[in-house]
Amino acid sequence: VCIHRVRSCSSIRFIKSKYVCVFDKSALKFSHQQRLFRTSPVSCGQIVQFKLSDIGEGITEVTVKEWYIKEGDSVSQFDSICEVQSDKASVTITSRYDGIIRKLHYSIDDIAFVGKPLVDIEIDASKGVASEDVVETPPMSHEEHTHQEIKGHKTLATPAVRRLAMENNIKLSEVVGTGKDNRILKEDILNYLAKQTGAILPPSPKAEIVPPLRKTEAVPAAPKDKARRIPAPVPRPIAFSGKDRTEPVTGFQKAMVKTMSAALKIPHFGYSDEIDLTQLVQLREELKSLAEIRGVKLSFMPFFIKAASLGLLQYPILNASLDENCQNVTYKASHNIGVAMDTEQGLIVPNVKNVQVCSVFDIAVELNRLQSLGSAGQLGTSDLTGGTFTLSNIGTIGGTYAKAVILPPEVAIGALGKIQVLPRFNDKGEVFKAQIMNVSWSADHRVIDGATMARFSNLWKSYLENPASMLLDLK
Amino acid sequence: MVLQSFKNCLWLSCVLRTPKACFWSTAGGGLIIQSVSNDVYQNLAVEDWIHDHMDLEKQQILFLWRNSPAVVIGRHQNPWQECNLRLLRQKNIKLARRRSGGGTVYHDLGNINLTFFTTRKKYERMGNLKLVVKALKALRPQLDVHVTDRYDILLNRQYKISGTAAKLGRTSAYHHCTLLCNADKFVLSSVLKSPYKGLKSNATPSVPASVKNLFEEDASLTSEMLLDAIAKEYAVQHQIDHHITLINPADEILLPGISNKTKELQTWEWVYGKTPKFSISTCFNMAYEDSVLDVKVNMDVKHGRIEVCNIDLPEQWLPPGLYSELVKSLTGSKFCPHEISTLVTKLLRVCPQDNELHNRWSLLCENMIRLM
Repeated sequence: VCIHRVRSCSSIRFIKSKYVCVFDKSALKFSHQQRLFRTSPVSCGQIVQFKLSDIGEGITEVTVKEWYIKEGDSVSQFDSICEVQSDKASVTITSRYDGIIRKLHYSIDDIAFVGKPLVDIEIDASKGVASEDVVETPPMSHEEHTHQEIKGHKTLATPAVRRLAMENNIKLSEVVGTGKDNRILKEDILNYLAKQTGAILPPSPKAEIVPPLRKTEAVPAAPKDKARRIPAPVPRPIAFSGKDRTEPVTGFQKAMVKTMSAALKIPHFGYSDEIDLTQLVQLREELKSLAEIRGVKLSFMPFFIKAASLGLLQYPILNASLDENCQNVTYKASHNIGVAMDTEQGLIVPNVKNVQVCSVFDIAVELNRLQSLGSAGQLGTSDLTGGTFTLSNIGTIGGTYAKAVILPPEVAIGALGKIQVLPRFNDKGEVFKAQIMNVSWSADHRVIDGATMARFSNLWKSYLENPASMLLDLK
Repeated sequence: MVLQSFKNCLWLSCVLRTPKACFWSTAGGGLIIQSVSNDVYQNLAVEDWIHDHMDLEKQQILFLWRNSPAVVIGRHQNPWQECNLRLLRQKNIKLARRRSGGGTVYHDLGNINLTFFTTRKKYERMGNLKLVVKALKALRPQLDVHVTDRYDILLNRQYKISGTAAKLGRTSAYHHCTLLCNADKFVLSSVLKSPYKGLKSNATPSVPASVKNLFEEDASLTSEMLLDAIAKEYAVQHQIDHHITLINPADEILLPGISNKTKELQTWEWVYGKTPKFSISTCFNMAYEDSVLDVKVNMDVKHGRIEVCNIDLPEQWLPPGLYSELVKSLTGSKFCPHEISTLVTKLLRVCPQDNELHNRWSLLCENMIRLM
């Protein structure tokens, strides 16, 4: 332990060369003194033993449940250090000092004792944290003289910030704090100073965030100020404290990486078209209320899915699967049509089984079931496997044409854009309001050719543009 | 009408960027507020907000709230150990992790929650519970209710009608407790029974107790009567007006930052990810074709994610490449049926398309998912 102290002291030597003379004396003896109370400011960072303060109700021991910091981390006063538990009470222990954590005295699930050291913190003496009796006094009375009571709210500020305010004759009560718990930060003091001298400062990011709902009411204050001060802009570098964040690829993303890498091996070709859904829109309006009476929400998807299945009956190659070695093509008997769903976690594709024997209403019922399970995160493996053909209704979010990626082991996929009201010409040459939706198909060019895709698309399109024609072919 | 003038006051104070003193400061050393929401996450967020933002030196706060069906686990607990997660998902019962310690409770509208906010110095659970007992006795003098030294309230010396938990911060603290008025005991006992076997963890365990509803003892009682009686007693003890102010946990003006707090409480990382490290050592039988296979599973779960995974299968039951693919994918993933389902079904897409293989894979994965 002693050696540890020497090492930490000597590393500081390089930073603060003017204090070298102190270290020339026996460093060991010096560090040994530090382990007791610090009653005088010393030149190198001194190690303070932060003891576990009184919990109340006569409790003497607690269990350490979580550390928020680790050895080597730097902490500021009031930062959370750890969470301890005692008899149904969970206590957040916060730091009393600014400094660097040098030692954690307990591991998770250890019993910690009130009054005994919890962590060792190396504090920077130049910050002027002068003599505080670490051991005897409970933290409560300390907190008193680090706070100022203003209109029933505390003003939090670290000693360094307080000194800055004092040096500039600023009353902390007049400064608005933007830090955690409305703490006053150094930036707030600087902002306040800049305002006094009439310079323009860019609005602090926090002001925009809260409150989001009432932006329209709160915002008027800012532009007015800006308008008054336009003549003298003083560019101030906006401190951007964003940091890159690296996370491992796990779960959903890992699976996506695998499937998409496999999909890349499929030679895709695309085919797009526009569909006039004017008649279908009308039909759905009429049928929506009927479905509601039966307790089912009817969207356009059941029609798209059924029409696709009718098309697949004529062009079964689109409902097939090519084996790994491209030796055999398997024509799947069931039309298990997958519907891409966007959930909080990412993309999932449950499928409606055996659409070839389902009515539009059956499909609607099944879609409702899959959608509610999907949003609750409760889809089972059987709902997520066995798909043979997929439709992705990206139009519900937006977009017109898209280039969808085929989901192996399937050979085709359709991406549906949003329905837009656009002007079109009818047979009489008159302009009318049409409900237009775009579709983009992608297919595996190893087994499907452009002509097949085009003919399938035309058939699908004709069923949807003239829904009555579906009646002829419904099984 | 009183609330309306408060709201105007708040809007002004928001624009002028001064503390929202109007709503919060009242004459006297206390304030009684009641939530208009039954959403467990919103209500827990209000507790967090008051704990983080309010200065409780001049006035203490009593917060009254009720939730639609939810299971609430303590800060350091393991949800797999404490409740039947499968049943929760089926019945659409929410799962929340609160910031205070203690054990697991079931909330529904037949349960009242009381939170006593004080400064850390004035934190004193026994006093609060004695207040509740006093209020109950004032309402129904014949009720046999008393506080135990474990901070429970017992009815007829036998049945637990209230459990307690607390959270202490740097300067503030809160003590909250439940009160069973008319909760669904059947659902309560079925959701608080964990079906998961082979779990080993240092998470705080709950202590099961026999419970009873106050209404079973006295059918003339209602939640309103109880809330009123407790508010009255609090008002007397704090020498304030017996007035309950309604609070809307979605009000971002009154409680700036509350929607972020509500969101955080709902994240997977908080509810499941904060589970202390635990291990599972279990086995299950799989009936496949004519045989029954005995499969042993060992997993270490940290921060709610599978850190280590070992599945003991008969050799060659799955092609070795596929088996290692499964284990590799499970490692690092959330210990969550939804995530694992999606993962394993996506992986199936890139496997050789063999019905037998698919059946085996699906069977194994379904059994694995049942552990979650």
